[in-house]
Amino acid sequence: MSDSTAVGHVPEAHHTTTGISHNKMLMWAFLASDCMFFGSLIWVYMVYRGRSLEGPYTQEILNIPYTSVSAAVLLLSSLAMVLALHGIQHGDMRRFRVWLGATAALGALFLGGQYFEFTEFYHHGLTLEQNLFGTTFFVLTGFHGTHVGIGIIWLVTLILMSLFGRLTPANAERVEVAGLYWHFVDIVWIVIFTLVYLIPY
Amino acid sequence: MQQERSVVERAHPGPATYVKVAVILAIVTVIEVATYYLVDYLQAALIPILLVLSAAKFVLVVGFYMHLKFDAPLLRGMFAWGMTVAIGITLAMLALYKI
Repeated sequence: MSDSTAVGHVPEAHHTTTGISHNKMLMWAFLASDCMFFGSLIWVYMVYRGRSLEGPYTQEILNIPYTSVSAAVLLLSSLAMVLALHGIQHGDMRRFRVWLGATAALGALFLGGQYFEFTEFYHHGLTLEQNLFGTTFFVLTGFHGTHVGIGIIWLVTLILMSLFGRLTPANAERVEVAGLYWHFVDIVWIVIFTLVYLIPY
Repeated sequence: MQQERSVVERAHPGPATYVKVAVILAIVTVIEVATYYLVDYLQAALIPILLVLSAAKFVLVVGFYMHLKFDAPLLRGMFAWGMTVAIGITLAMLALYKI
Protein backbone atom coordinates (compact mmCIF):
# COMPACT_ATOMS: atom_id res chain seq x y z
CA MET A 1 0.00 0.00 0.00
CA SER A 2 2.97 2.24 -0.54
CA ASP A 3 1.86 3.62 -3.89
CA SER A 4 -0.20 6.44 -2.44
CA THR A 5 -0.65 9.42 -4.68
CA ALA A 6 -1.83 12.87 -3.86
CA VAL A 7 -5.48 13.68 -4.41
CA GLY A 8 -5.53 15.06 -7.94
CA HIS A 9 -7.19 18.15 -9.35
CA VAL A 10 -9.73 19.65 -6.98
CA PRO A 11 -10.58 23.06 -8.45
CA GLU A 12 -14.31 22.31 -7.98
CA ALA A 13 -13.79 22.09 -4.22
CA HIS A 14 -15.31 25.43 -3.25
CA HIS A 15 -15.08 26.82 0.23
CA THR A 16 -17.59 25.11 2.51
CA THR A 17 -18.08 25.25 6.26
CA THR A 18 -17.08 21.60 6.61
CA GLY A 19 -14.20 21.72 4.12
CA ILE A 20 -15.94 18.95 2.20
CA SER A 21 -17.45 19.43 -1.25
CA HIS A 22 -21.25 19.70 -1.14
CA ASN A 23 -21.62 17.37 -4.14
CA LYS A 24 -19.66 14.65 -2.41
CA MET A 25 -21.48 15.11 0.88
CA LEU A 26 -24.87 14.99 -0.87
CA MET A 27 -23.91 11.77 -2.62
CA TRP A 28 -22.87 10.17 0.69
CA ALA A 29 -26.18 11.32 2.24
CA PHE A 30 -28.04 9.75 -0.69
CA LEU A 31 -26.06 6.52 -0.33
CA ALA A 32 -26.85 6.42 3.40
CA SER A 33 -30.56 6.72 2.56
CA ASP A 34 -30.19 4.08 -0.17
CA CYS A 35 -28.74 1.72 2.46
CA MET A 36 -32.07 1.97 4.28
CA PHE A 37 -33.98 1.45 1.01
CA PHE A 38 -32.11 -1.74 0.15
CA GLY A 39 -32.12 -2.77 3.83
CA SER A 40 -35.93 -2.75 3.70
CA LEU A 41 -36.04 -4.85 0.52
CA ILE A 42 -33.53 -7.32 1.99
CA TRP A 43 -35.37 -7.88 5.27
CA VAL A 44 -38.64 -8.38 3.40
CA TYR A 45 -36.91 -11.04 1.25
CA MET A 46 -35.41 -12.68 4.36
CA VAL A 47 -38.73 -12.71 6.22
CA TYR A 48 -40.63 -14.35 3.36
CA ARG A 49 -37.99 -16.71 2.05
CA GLY A 50 -38.93 -20.36 2.28
CA ARG A 51 -42.59 -19.45 2.86
CA SER A 52 -43.86 -19.87 -0.69
CA LEU A 53 -46.87 -22.17 -0.81
CA GLU A 54 -46.22 -23.24 -4.41
CA GLY A 55 -43.17 -23.52 -6.67
CA PRO A 56 -40.86 -22.91 -8.25
CA TYR A 57 -38.83 -22.72 -5.05
CA THR A 58 -35.52 -20.96 -4.45
CA GLN A 59 -33.30 -24.03 -4.34
CA GLU A 60 -34.78 -25.39 -7.60
CA ILE A 61 -34.14 -22.32 -9.66
CA LEU A 62 -31.07 -20.31 -8.56
CA ASN A 63 -27.97 -20.92 -10.68
CA ILE A 64 -24.98 -20.25 -8.40
CA PRO A 65 -22.13 -20.71 -10.96
CA TYR A 66 -23.85 -18.32 -13.37
CA THR A 67 -24.49 -15.67 -10.70
CA SER A 68 -20.92 -16.03 -9.41
CA VAL A 69 -19.65 -14.91 -12.81
CA SER A 70 -22.08 -11.95 -12.73
CA ALA A 71 -20.80 -10.99 -9.26
CA ALA A 72 -17.20 -11.16 -10.52
CA VAL A 73 -18.10 -8.95 -13.51
CA LEU A 74 -19.55 -6.27 -11.21
CA LEU A 75 -16.51 -6.43 -8.90
CA LEU A 76 -14.26 -6.01 -11.93
CA SER A 77 -16.27 -2.97 -13.01
CA SER A 78 -15.49 -1.36 -9.65
CA LEU A 79 -11.77 -1.76 -10.34
CA ALA A 80 -12.23 -0.19 -13.81
CA MET A 81 -14.19 2.70 -12.24
CA VAL A 82 -11.51 3.56 -9.70
CA LEU A 83 -8.81 3.37 -12.41
CA ALA A 84 -10.89 5.78 -14.56
CA LEU A 85 -11.06 8.20 -11.63
CA HIS A 86 -7.30 7.92 -11.12
CA GLY A 87 -6.84 8.67 -14.83
CA ILE A 88 -8.85 11.91 -14.86
CA GLN A 89 -7.43 13.05 -11.50
CA HIS A 90 -3.99 12.82 -13.07
CA GLY A 91 -4.95 14.51 -16.36
CA ASP A 92 -4.84 11.35 -18.50
CA MET A 93 -8.13 11.67 -20.44
CA ARG A 94 -7.42 8.72 -22.73
CA ARG A 95 -6.91 6.37 -19.78
CA PHE A 96 -10.02 7.87 -18.16
CA ARG A 97 -12.19 7.15 -21.22
CA VAL A 98 -10.87 3.63 -21.72
CA TRP A 99 -11.49 2.61 -18.10
CA LEU A 100 -14.83 4.39 -17.86
CA GLY A 101 -15.90 2.69 -21.10
CA ALA A 102 -14.81 -0.64 -19.61
CA THR A 103 -16.84 0.11 -16.49
CA ALA A 104 -19.98 0.85 -18.51
CA ALA A 105 -19.41 -2.24 -20.69
CA LEU A 106 -19.00 -4.51 -17.64
CA GLY A 107 -22.13 -2.96 -16.12
CA ALA A 108 -24.02 -3.66 -19.35
CA LEU A 109 -22.71 -7.24 -19.29
CA PHE A 110 -24.01 -7.64 -15.74
CA LEU A 111 -27.38 -6.19 -16.73
CA GLY A 112 -27.57 -8.49 -19.78
CA GLY A 113 -26.83 -11.42 -17.48
CA GLN A 114 -29.62 -10.35 -15.17
CA TYR A 115 -32.03 -10.08 -18.10
CA PHE A 116 -31.08 -13.62 -19.17
CA GLU A 117 -31.53 -14.88 -15.58
CA PHE A 118 -34.95 -13.23 -15.29
CA THR A 119 -36.16 -14.68 -18.62
CA GLU A 120 -34.88 -18.15 -17.60
CA PHE A 121 -36.84 -17.89 -14.35
CA TYR A 122 -39.90 -16.76 -16.27
CA HIS A 123 -39.68 -19.82 -18.51
CA HIS A 124 -39.51 -21.97 -15.36
CA GLY A 125 -42.77 -20.41 -14.19
CA LEU A 126 -41.39 -17.88 -11.72
CA THR A 127 -43.08 -14.51 -12.14
CA LEU A 128 -43.63 -11.47 -9.94
CA GLU A 129 -47.05 -12.80 -8.91
CA GLN A 130 -46.30 -16.55 -8.77
CA ASN A 131 -45.28 -16.81 -5.12
CA LEU A 132 -43.59 -14.94 -2.25
CA PHE A 133 -40.13 -15.89 -3.53
CA GLY A 134 -40.90 -14.47 -6.99
CA THR A 135 -42.29 -11.22 -5.61
CA THR A 136 -39.51 -10.49 -3.13
CA PHE A 137 -36.71 -11.74 -5.42
CA PHE A 138 -37.75 -9.76 -8.49
CA VAL A 139 -38.40 -6.57 -6.51
CA LEU A 140 -35.03 -6.73 -4.73
CA THR A 141 -32.85 -7.70 -7.70
CA GLY A 142 -34.96 -5.60 -10.10
CA PHE A 143 -34.37 -2.43 -8.09
CA HIS A 144 -30.66 -3.27 -7.97
CA GLY A 145 -30.66 -3.76 -11.75
CA THR A 146 -32.41 -0.40 -12.14
CA HIS A 147 -29.62 1.21 -10.13
CA VAL A 148 -27.06 -0.43 -12.44
CA GLY A 149 -28.96 0.85 -15.50
CA ILE A 150 -29.00 4.42 -14.14
CA GLY A 151 -25.28 4.08 -13.41
CA ILE A 152 -24.52 3.00 -16.99
CA ILE A 153 -26.44 6.01 -18.39
CA TRP A 154 -24.48 8.28 -16.02
CA LEU A 155 -21.11 6.80 -17.07
CA VAL A 156 -21.89 7.01 -20.80
CA THR A 157 -22.97 10.64 -20.29
CA LEU A 158 -19.61 11.39 -18.65
CA ILE A 159 -17.74 9.78 -21.56
CA LEU A 160 -19.73 11.85 -24.08
CA MET A 161 -19.16 15.02 -22.05
CA SER A 162 -15.41 14.35 -22.04
CA LEU A 163 -15.43 13.80 -25.83
CA PHE A 164 -17.15 17.16 -26.34
CA GLY A 165 -14.79 18.94 -23.98
CA ARG A 166 -17.40 19.44 -21.26
CA LEU A 167 -15.53 17.26 -18.79
CA THR A 168 -11.87 17.94 -18.04
CA PRO A 169 -9.46 17.05 -15.21
CA ALA A 170 -10.67 20.25 -13.54
CA ASN A 171 -14.07 18.54 -13.10
CA ALA A 172 -12.68 15.27 -11.75
CA GLU A 173 -14.97 15.50 -8.75
CA ARG A 174 -17.97 14.78 -11.02
CA VAL A 175 -16.37 11.44 -11.86
CA GLU A 176 -15.60 10.81 -8.18
CA VAL A 177 -19.28 11.33 -7.27
CA ALA A 178 -20.42 9.02 -10.10
CA GLY A 179 -17.84 6.50 -8.89
CA LEU A 180 -19.27 6.57 -5.37
CA TYR A 181 -22.67 5.67 -6.81
CA TRP A 182 -21.19 2.88 -8.95
CA HIS A 183 -19.24 1.32 -6.06
CA PHE A 184 -22.36 1.47 -3.91
CA VAL A 185 -24.22 -0.58 -6.52
CA ASP A 186 -21.35 -3.08 -6.27
CA ILE A 187 -21.49 -3.36 -2.46
CA VAL A 188 -25.26 -3.84 -2.56
CA TRP A 189 -24.68 -6.80 -4.89
CA ILE A 190 -22.04 -8.19 -2.51
CA VAL A 191 -24.75 -8.33 0.18
CA ILE A 192 -27.48 -9.65 -2.16
CA PHE A 193 -25.17 -12.34 -3.56
CA THR A 194 -24.51 -13.68 -0.05
CA LEU A 195 -27.98 -13.36 1.47
CA VAL A 196 -30.07 -14.33 -1.56
CA TYR A 197 -27.88 -16.76 -3.49
CA LEU A 198 -25.29 -18.34 -1.20
CA ILE A 199 -26.94 -18.79 2.21
CA PRO A 200 -29.01 -21.99 2.13
CA TYR A 201 -32.11 -22.58 4.27
CA MET B 1 -8.81 25.63 -0.43
CA GLN B 2 -6.39 22.81 -1.10
CA GLN B 3 -4.97 23.29 2.37
CA GLU B 4 -8.46 23.12 3.96
CA ARG B 5 -9.25 19.99 2.00
CA SER B 6 -6.04 18.31 3.08
CA VAL B 7 -7.05 18.81 6.72
CA VAL B 8 -9.92 16.36 6.32
CA GLU B 9 -8.62 14.06 3.57
CA ARG B 10 -5.58 11.84 3.24
CA ALA B 11 -3.97 10.94 -0.08
CA HIS B 12 -5.84 8.29 -2.05
CA PRO B 13 -4.02 5.09 -3.00
CA GLY B 14 -2.76 4.38 -6.52
CA PRO B 15 -3.48 1.76 -9.20
CA ALA B 16 -1.19 -0.87 -7.64
CA THR B 17 -3.23 -0.80 -4.43
CA TYR B 18 -6.49 -0.93 -6.38
CA VAL B 19 -5.31 -4.03 -8.27
CA LYS B 20 -4.20 -5.69 -5.00
CA VAL B 21 -7.65 -5.04 -3.54
CA ALA B 22 -9.26 -6.53 -6.69
CA VAL B 23 -7.15 -9.68 -6.34
CA ILE B 24 -8.18 -10.04 -2.68
CA LEU B 25 -11.84 -9.50 -3.66
CA ALA B 26 -11.54 -12.19 -6.35
CA ILE B 27 -9.98 -14.67 -3.90
CA VAL B 28 -12.68 -14.01 -1.28
CA THR B 29 -15.39 -14.48 -3.95
CA VAL B 30 -13.88 -17.82 -4.98
CA ILE B 31 -13.88 -18.92 -1.31
CA GLU B 32 -17.51 -17.80 -0.97
CA VAL B 33 -18.59 -19.81 -3.99
CA ALA B 34 -16.55 -22.81 -2.78
CA THR B 35 -18.47 -22.82 0.52
CA TYR B 36 -21.68 -23.34 -1.46
CA TYR B 37 -20.36 -26.77 -2.49
CA LEU B 38 -19.17 -27.59 1.04
CA VAL B 39 -22.49 -27.13 2.82
CA ASP B 40 -22.44 -30.68 4.22
CA TYR B 41 -18.96 -30.26 5.71
CA LEU B 42 -19.32 -26.73 7.09
CA GLN B 43 -22.87 -27.16 8.47
CA ALA B 44 -23.50 -24.57 11.23
CA ALA B 45 -20.28 -22.68 10.44
CA LEU B 46 -21.43 -21.90 6.88
CA ILE B 47 -23.57 -18.84 7.59
CA PRO B 48 -21.06 -17.09 9.90
CA ILE B 49 -18.28 -17.77 7.37
CA LEU B 50 -20.33 -16.32 4.50
CA LEU B 51 -21.31 -13.25 6.54
CA VAL B 52 -17.70 -12.56 7.53
CA LEU B 53 -16.46 -12.97 3.93
CA SER B 54 -19.23 -10.71 2.63
CA ALA B 55 -18.45 -8.07 5.29
CA ALA B 56 -14.76 -8.23 4.35
CA LYS B 57 -15.56 -7.53 0.68
CA PHE B 58 -17.93 -4.74 1.68
CA VAL B 59 -15.28 -3.03 3.86
CA LEU B 60 -12.59 -3.36 1.16
CA VAL B 61 -14.74 -1.72 -1.53
CA VAL B 62 -16.01 1.04 0.77
CA GLY B 63 -12.59 1.67 2.32
CA PHE B 64 -10.37 1.60 -0.76
CA TYR B 65 -12.51 2.08 -3.89
CA MET B 66 -14.89 4.60 -2.29
CA HIS B 67 -11.92 6.09 -0.40
CA LEU B 68 -13.83 6.22 2.87
CA LYS B 69 -10.69 5.05 4.68
CA PHE B 70 -8.95 8.20 3.44
CA ASP B 71 -11.78 10.75 3.34
CA ALA B 72 -13.21 13.03 6.00
CA PRO B 73 -14.53 11.39 9.20
CA LEU B 74 -17.83 13.23 8.67
CA LEU B 75 -18.48 11.21 5.49
CA ARG B 76 -17.68 8.00 7.38
CA GLY B 77 -20.17 9.03 10.05
CA MET B 78 -22.90 9.76 7.51
CA PHE B 79 -22.53 6.39 5.82
CA ALA B 80 -22.20 4.57 9.14
CA TRP B 81 -25.47 6.17 10.26
CA GLY B 82 -27.34 4.87 7.19
CA MET B 83 -25.78 1.42 7.57
CA THR B 84 -26.59 1.28 11.28
CA VAL B 85 -30.24 2.15 10.71
CA ALA B 86 -30.51 -0.37 7.84
CA ILE B 87 -28.86 -3.20 9.81
CA GLY B 88 -30.79 -2.31 12.99
CA ILE B 89 -34.17 -2.39 11.22
CA THR B 90 -33.26 -5.64 9.44
CA LEU B 91 -32.26 -7.36 12.70
CA ALA B 92 -35.35 -6.02 14.47
CA MET B 93 -37.67 -7.30 11.74
CA LEU B 94 -35.94 -10.70 11.63
CA ALA B 95 -36.37 -10.93 15.41
CA LEU B 96 -40.00 -9.82 15.15
CA TYR B 97 -40.74 -12.56 12.61
CA LYS B 98 -38.62 -15.07 14.58
CA ILE B 99 -36.26 -15.78 11.67
